[in-house]
Amino acid sequence: MRALTIARRELYAYLRSPLGSAIIAAALLVDGILFYWQSGIEQKLLSAQVLYQFFYNASAPTMGAAILLSMRLLAEERQSGTITLLNTAPIRDRDIVAGKFLSAFGMVTLLNLLTFYMPLMLHIRGKVSFGHIIVGYVGLILLGGAVTAIGLFASSLARSQVVAAIIGLVILAPLLTLWIVARAVDPPLNSFLMGLALHHENYRPFMSGTLQFDRVVYYLMVTYFFLLAATKVLEARRWR
Amino acid sequence: MVTAGSPVGYRARFIFGNAVIEIQELYKYYGDRRAIGPLSTSIAQGEVIGLLGLNGAGKTTTLRVLACDLLPTSGTVRVAGLDVVERPDDVRAKVGYLPDRPPLYDDMTVREYLGYAARLRNVPNGELKKRVGDVLELTEVGTVADQLIGSLSHGYRQRVGIAQSIVHGPELVVLDEPISGLDPVQIMEMRELVRGLRGAHTVVVSSHILTEISETCDRILVIDEGKIAWSGTETELSATLKQGMRVALTVRAAGGSSQATADQARAALGTLDGVREIEVLEPAEAGDGIASLRVAVTRDVRDAVGRRLVEAGLGILELAREKELESMFLQLLGEGGEQSGRKRRKKKQAEADASAAPAPTPVESSTSSKEPS
Repeated sequence: MRALTIARRELYAYLRSPLGSAIIAAALLVDGILFYWQSGIEQKLLSAQVLYQFFYNASAPTMGAAILLSMRLLAEERQSGTITLLNTAPIRDRDIVAGKFLSAFGMVTLLNLLTFYMPLMLHIRGKVSFGHIIVGYVGLILLGGAVTAIGLFASSLARSQVVAAIIGLVILAPLLTLWIVARAVDPPLNSFLMGLALHHENYRPFMSGTLQFDRVVYYLMVTYFFLLAATKVLEARRWR
Repeated sequence: MVTAGSPVGYRARFIFGNAVIEIQELYKYYGDRRAIGPLSTSIAQGEVIGLLGLNGAGKTTTLRVLACDLLPTSGTVRVAGLDVVERPDDVRAKVGYLPDRPPLYDDMTVREYLGYAARLRNVPNGELKKRVGDVLELTEVGTVADQLIGSLSHGYRQRVGIAQSIVHGPELVVLDEPISGLDPVQIMEMRELVRGLRGAHTVVVSSHILTEISETCDRILVIDEGKIAWSGTETELSATLKQGMRVALTVRAAGGSSQATADQARAALGTLDGVREIEVLEPAEAGDGIASLRVAVTRDVRDAVGRRLVEAGLGILELAREKELESMFLQLLGEGGEQSGRKRRKKKQAEADASAAPAPTPVESSTSSKEPS
C-alpha cells in the first residue's frame, strides 16, 4: 500500500516535470522514425517482417528511456535530502524500491503503449496476427522492466543522476553484448553466456511472436535480482 | 568536565517507567571513526529536551538513530518501549523527524506534500484532510498551503518541515537545528512553534547555540565527542559554572570624566568579597561622568555590588547579569572560551593521524570531513 503511495507521487513528479515528457517524446520520435524507415516505401518487406523489425528497433528507445527515467529515482532523493522522509517513515525498504520501480516501469509501459498505433496499422493494412503484436509487446515491456530495475539499482548506488545513468549503462552494456562473447568461447560456456544475454537470445522469440515461458522467467528474474540488490543497498546504508 | 551533582546521562527523577526514550551504552561508528558513544540517557514523556553540542559533537547522529534513519553499531535505544533495531517500523510510526535540511519536494504544494507525508506514516484516509488542516493551522502555513514548496522562503520551508514531522501525531518529535538560517523574527516564531509542541509531544531539539536551547527547552543535554558531558536545566548550568558569571554595570558620577567615574567604581568594588576581576569598557551611554564596567564574580553578589556603588556615591544606570551562555558552554566543554571545539578536535585528529598513520591520503581526509555529525 505504501509502495503505491510512493509510486503515485513519483508518477506525479514525472508528469509534472519536463524531463519525463521529454524522454518519452524523444523515444517516441525515434520509434516513429525507425518504423517509417523500416517499413519504408522502397523496401518490399512482408508485414510480419516489418513487425519483427519494429520490436527489434523499439527495444533501443525502450532501454534508453528506462535508464534515463530510472536514474533519478533514488539518486535525486539522496541529493535533495528527501530520502530522509522515506527512511524515517514506517515503510520497509522493499516498499520504497517497489514504489520507485512501479512509477518508472509505468512510464516505460506508457511509452510502449503509445507506440501501439504502428503495429495496429500493420494489423489493419497487412497480415500480422494480433497475438504476434501482443507477444512482442510482452517482450518489450519485460525488457523495459528489467532495464528499469538495473537503472534503479544504479540509482541506489549514486548520489548524482548522471553518475546513476553511467553506472546503469556500465551494467547494461555487458549484459547486452554477452552474446558476442558467447560466440568466442567453447561449449558449454557459450550457451550459458548466451542464456544470460539481455537482448539477443532471450528477446528474439518475442520479436517473432513466440511466447516462451523460460524467456519470461529470465526477464522476471533479472528484474527481481536488481530490485533485491537495490533494496539491500538501502538497508546497508542504515548500518554504514 | 562533568560537575558534581549532575550525574552524566541519568537523572533519578526520569525513571525508565515514564521514559519515552531510553538509551543505554549507545555507540555509532562510521568506519573506524566513533561518532557517538558510550551514550546513555533517558527522556521522560512530555519533556522538551535540548541537545547541545558543537558541530561534529554527535548531535545529528544521535537524532538520526532516534528517528531510525541510522541503526546503532551497538547499545540499546528504545523509543516508547520499542527497540529501534528490532522494531524500526513501529518506532518510525511514533517519531516525527525534521533533519537539518527539511526533506521537501519542490514540485509539490504544501498541502499535497503534507498529505503525502501523512499517507507514508499510516494516517487513515478518513483523517487525512483533518490532520493536514490541523498542522497547517498549528504551523501557520495555511496561507501558502496551495503554493509550490519550491517558491517558499526559508522560514516557511522550516515550518513545512516541522509540519511534516507532526502530521501523524507522533509521540516523539525530533528537530535537528530547526532555527538554522532563520532571521531574528523567524527565530522567535520558530521558538513559539516548538514551545507549542510541548504537552502533545515529547520534543528533542538540537542546536549549537546555547541561548536558543535555553529559551526553548526544559532540560539541556550537552554532548561532546559523542558523549553526554552534562545534563540539567539552564539554572543548574549557571550554578555549576559560577566562575563564568559576570555583572555588567553602567554608573554615573556628577561632575567628572568617564575615567574618573570608572576609577571610583573600581576602587569601591575592588575590595568587595566575591569580586574576581573588574574590566572597564567603553561607556554604554553618552554623557559626562558615565562609565561602564564588567565585573567578574565568584558568586552572585549583585546586591552587594549595588550597595557598595551607592555607598560610594555613584548612580547606577544599569546593573545586570551577563548570561554569556556560549562562553559558559565552552567552559563546560573544557574550552575555557579560548579555543573552539572544532579546532580542538582537529588538533586531536591530527595527533591521532600522526601516531596511527604517518601519511594520510587526501582521499581519507576528504571522506572524514564529509561524514555527518
